[in-house]
Amino acid sequence: MSNSRENILQRLRRGRPELPAATGEIQIDSLAWDLEQRINTFCDRMASVKAEVHMVTEGDWPTKLRELAADRQLSNLLYAPKGPLAAEIESAWTENDSCTKLITREESVDEWKQELFYQVDGAVTSVRSGIAEVGTLILWPTREEPRTFSLVPPVHFAVLKAENLHHTFADAMEVEQWRQGMPTNVVLISGPSKSADIEQTLAYGVHGPTELVVLLVR
Amino acid sequence: MQQKVEFEQRVHKALSDSQLRQNFRSTMDGLMAKRSQAFPDKERLEKLRLQGAQIRANALLKLPELLEQLEERCTANGIRVHWAETVEQANQAVLKIMQDHNATNLIKGKSMVSEEMELNHFLEQHGIEVLESDLGEFIVQLAGEPPSHIVAPAIHKSRQDIARLFQEKFPDIPYSEDVETLTRSARDILRRKFYEASIGLSGVNFAVAETGTICLVENEGNGRMCTTIPDVHIAVTGIEKVVEKLSDIPPLMELLPRSATGQHITTYFNMITSPRKEGEKDGPREVHLVLLDNGRSSIYEDPELMESLRCIRCGACMNHCPVYARIGGHAYGTTIPGPIGSVIEPQKLGLDRFGVLPTASTLCGACGEACPVRIPLPKLLNRLRFEQVRDDPPDNTMGKGSQRSIRESLVWNLWSWANTHPALYRLGCLFLTRLRGLVPKQLGVWTRVRKAPAIAPKTLHELAREMGIEDE
Ligand code: SF4
Repeated sequence: MSNSRENILQRLRRGRPELPAATGEIQIDSLAWDLEQRINTFCDRMASVKAEVHMVTEGDWPTKLRELAADRQLSNLLYAPKGPLAAEIESAWTENDSCTKLITREESVDEWKQELFYQVDGAVTSVRSGIAEVGTLILWPTREEPRTFSLVPPVHFAVLKAENLHHTFADAMEVEQWRQGMPTNVVLISGPSKSADIEQTLAYGVHGPTELVVLLVR
Repeated sequence: MQQKVEFEQRVHKALSDSQLRQNFRSTMDGLMAKRSQAFPDKERLEKLRLQGAQIRANALLKLPELLEQLEERCTANGIRVHWAETVEQANQAVLKIMQDHNATNLIKGKSMVSEEMELNHFLEQHGIEVLESDLGEFIVQLAGEPPSHIVAPAIHKSRQDIARLFQEKFPDIPYSEDVETLTRSARDILRRKFYEASIGLSGVNFAVAETGTICLVENEGNGRMCTTIPDVHIAVTGIEKVVEKLSDIPPLMELLPRSATGQHITTYFNMITSPRKEGEKDGPREVHLVLLDNGRSSIYEDPELMESLRCIRCGACMNHCPVYARIGGHAYGTTIPGPIGSVIEPQKLGLDRFGVLPTASTLCGACGEACPVRIPLPKLLNRLRFEQVRDDPPDNTMGKGSQRSIRESLVWNLWSWANTHPALYRLGCLFLTRLRGLVPKQLGVWTRVRKAPAIAPKTLHELAREMGIEDE
């Protein structure tokens, strides 16, 4: 097997066609959008893929989250105990009785996988930034906020600060300097999980969350 | 010529299946319309295609260096890289990883390279259970069939077909023809499997050399499941999938989903750069990347055919192909069907075996116009048609010249001789026009559904002369 590497590389080097590299910047202009435009387009795009967006403020998003969970009659809601949202979520739940129980786990997911798969009704995560043009959330999972939170539970609540909405994917990468160091996993999410594999008919909730609810904080 | 007969039989079968034809026709029409809507600004689209082609072409020119860089970055990130010259080696690499973990089952996300490897079949022979988790792939696996489209594997099936299939395989689940219900049933069945799986396998849409990142495009979430839940993740890819920089990804992502399904972006775009790090609470502890050559390096040697390695597997060329829309994916008999399949597969499998595929095209040009990375598909199809009946250098595709027939070359030699001898040509035309009454009314298969072509009473030259156009 170790020869395979050499053989492949050698064949490629030997066979490399002598062609000039294509050069010349191709200018594809996109107008700079102001925050309003970014928010509006983001909301339109999200709506078009059946994601819910709620406009909230710094002060009221935890309350809104509690209401939305209650509306859906979720029996529990998972959050990351040391994540960036923890303190605010906890305080919103202490003030008030809610039919949705707040749950959290600090251990690695392997230890409570069964519960994650079969008992968790919904989860809330933070969002690093967003892409307005295509209606996308950029999740940058961390030690504190594991990647399965946005994947396994049937309902995913995502909290995004409007000021972190970039115009395009390229802007997000450029402004945030992704090439300086990629984490274990980055995931772009645009709507609830879906499939059109049966007769090209859209069905939501295949393997990922059935519902995506975005709280857009202004 | 055996392959030609088999191909014609498959085509005949597909054409006589009205349900199948209806499924393909309506799906292809839908996908074409959606793509067109997703690119409202045609001028911008053309610029994007130029950019996409440039990114892919430049990556190919640096392919050996980029592969080394990819390996180096991946290794530094903790991803183990395996090189495979052949399908056999790639299968063995996967099997070895499975055996090292005493794993007896594998859960798979969508991967055309694993289809090319016939991985499922190989692993099953070694007592390993393989389960497809993409809904379409799951359905075709249940039916024991290969996918019929690279993006929508089960489009040849109606919801009734699928309902019956589920009833037969999962008798406990109540019968339903409702798409949502069928989808939910698959979700429940597969959820258990994700929960239990110890090894997951995926394909790769792009591999970024600069950062050692594997990118995956999907809508269902099964790809994320396969690459997040099991303890080990194996990604398999062709060596051509590498791009140089992270900043190459956004322009390609502006093209790929829009060209494929008319989506602005897929539900998930998953970028994997390392296995689980110390202190992280989930994700696989091991990530492997298998780089497969299987003939790609020979395609690479030909400056013209090399362009086919730019392909980002969006499926647009199939969706726009009038031949594919009528015969469907299975008729081609190869892993990748449609125009790009007809270019790539004969190069890998030999023109002697699959030389018929490049002839399954009207050369209307629709594929080349739709291709987001501007692969000149009609030109390449033509080239392979040419090459399979010529055996002169410098072209080197496997099986070149194999379709040469003495009768055909004689006819063409006669044709070119006649065309270069005006007196002879004129005499021939005179005969043909004056004796046109002798052309039989029945001309084999042609006249079964068409009229025999009528030869005009006067040649174009005669008409032109009558109109006063002077000969030179
Ligand atoms: S050849 Fe072009 S159009 Fe066809 S699948 Fe590849 S990228 Fe898409």
